[in-house]
Amino acid sequence: MDNKFTIVVVVEHDQNAIKPVTFEVLNAARTIADSVIAYYFSDNAEVDVEPLIQGGADEVKICHNSDFASYTHETYAAALKAEIEKTQPDLILLSASNNGKELAAEMATRLDVGLATDCVDLQLSEGEVIVKRPVFSGKAYSLCRLSGAKPYLVTLRPNIFRGEGTAETRTGNVVKEEINLPDFSKIVGELTREVGAELDVTEARIIVSGGLGMQAPENFKFLEDLAEVLGAAVAASRPVVDNGWQEYSHQVGQTGRTVSPDLYIACGISGAVQHLAGMSSSRCIVAINSDPHAPIFSVADYGIVGDALKIVPLLTKEFKNILGDQG
Amino acid sequence: MKIIVCIKQVLDTAAKIEIQGEKVVSPGSPFIMNPYDEFAVEEAVRIKAALPESEIIVFSMGPDSVKETLKRALAMGADQAVHLTDPLFEGLDNSLVAKILAKAIQKQSFDLVLCGRQAVDDDMAQVGPALAVLLEIPFITIVTQLQFSDNFQTADITRQVEGGSEVRKNMSLPFLVTCQKGLNEPRLPSLKGIMAAKKKEIQNLSASDLGLEEGLLNPRNNKLHEIKLSLPPERKKGIILEGSDEDIAKQLATIIREEEKII
Repeated sequence: MDNKFTIVVVVEHDQNAIKPVTFEVLNAARTIADSVIAYYFSDNAEVDVEPLIQGGADEVKICHNSDFASYTHETYAAALKAEIEKTQPDLILLSASNNGKELAAEMATRLDVGLATDCVDLQLSEGEVIVKRPVFSGKAYSLCRLSGAKPYLVTLRPNIFRGEGTAETRTGNVVKEEINLPDFSKIVGELTREVGAELDVTEARIIVSGGLGMQAPENFKFLEDLAEVLGAAVAASRPVVDNGWQEYSHQVGQTGRTVSPDLYIACGISGAVQHLAGMSSSRCIVAINSDPHAPIFSVADYGIVGDALKIVPLLTKEFKNILGDQG
Repeated sequence: MKIIVCIKQVLDTAAKIEIQGEKVVSPGSPFIMNPYDEFAVEEAVRIKAALPESEIIVFSMGPDSVKETLKRALAMGADQAVHLTDPLFEGLDNSLVAKILAKAIQKQSFDLVLCGRQAVDDDMAQVGPALAVLLEIPFITIVTQLQFSDNFQTADITRQVEGGSEVRKNMSLPFLVTCQKGLNEPRLPSLKGIMAAKKKEIQNLSASDLGLEEGLLNPRNNKLHEIKLSLPPERKKGIILEGSDEDIAKQLATIIREEEKII
């Protein structure tokens, strides 16, 4: 064995449209690895993998089989286990998406190796893999070291490792191989997916979020208008979801989704401890609340004391003007 | 149907935390059942309501205080509780916790295993899938709907994915699911439930009861080692924007564009 540090990245895609989180994972891999191998499990051998090479992969391996038409952890884990026996990586890196986290937990158990999920920092220090991960939904951070047999499994929180992209033109190998898979049809059953065009809150760069201060479910229309202008996702606090004003998948907080966008606009959210846990690692936080003593202002970079129902439509207009000027 | 539910005791989500030594503490805050595990217990109780010959056994690991959380599950309607308790279980990482749980669960037959989708303290989302692999049964994570067929042999299972959901139809038992908010509305234990729980026994199981070697149960065998806990960096003090609503909206749009350069 040489001392080269090899990272395997599993490409996450939706019907062969590569998810942006994959480029974040490649970006993190590229900064610490000597060699990055991206596995693309697909039903199509002719997928475009050039963006993966530009994103940081030294080699892209397209493993194709008709059973890869949709992700299932069974097919991905079986293929990945067979493939890494050949490539012997030091680390397998995935996004901390719903799929990434379940695949990582399964692989770590099958291989009996170390796992760290949802990491916000990844370092290689004297051959050791050191990660930092939020615990208690971000109320604290745990710095950890992985040990034991390799490869380690690490999943990375979306929106943290975006980086600046590469300026130079990179080159890399592309290998295509049709692979065999065990028959999982009995286990998987009949799989159907319903994924809309809506931006998921964990993947959004900008989030417009509403609390009980929005006063009524129909007032979320104001947030949707602002979100549309900004290319943002709409989120909500727990009481809003418990009232049935918004779907659970929009809930941000310790019992909801944990998010780290560039901009989080909290509208009529008081800022309960469990909500702050889910969003206080956002880069820039704007809070709009009529109560000047609301805890949300303690984490806000910009605070507006006022009625969200009046201010949000004005913001929509201003952002539209500014973005309109740009053409 | 024989249903196994795995639950964890965690610090209340409303708790503010401090770090003392190498531990997270929150003096005066209560410990609760992990909120996602409540969905698991509730789902089991609902299945039993539809299929009364079912049996529900809850498992939990941890110090003596865990008995309170097990009692809550019994009061919600579980039939039996097993407390995995042994000083040797302290300080072990999730990969070892899953191995101990698997060993305990394998002592009986089972048809369905229910877990929460993750614990709100370590946020690892590891034990559920790991347990399924060790028990050699299929698993589905982050489940928001579990619809059994009339004979309770198969189920249609809805799982949350980014931006939507996916459904697996006709999954055959046994399997493990990790439960997500939306699956059901967990009940508060009734007085009758609380009284009934007092009569139910909590069984203690130690490492030797499970036939686990002491050599395995050592934090040195952990694969993930905590080096340091820290509180999140303090955010810099914010600015309150002043002026008329129109002025404020203009100011903020300019700041986001020109100073923060986000749009």
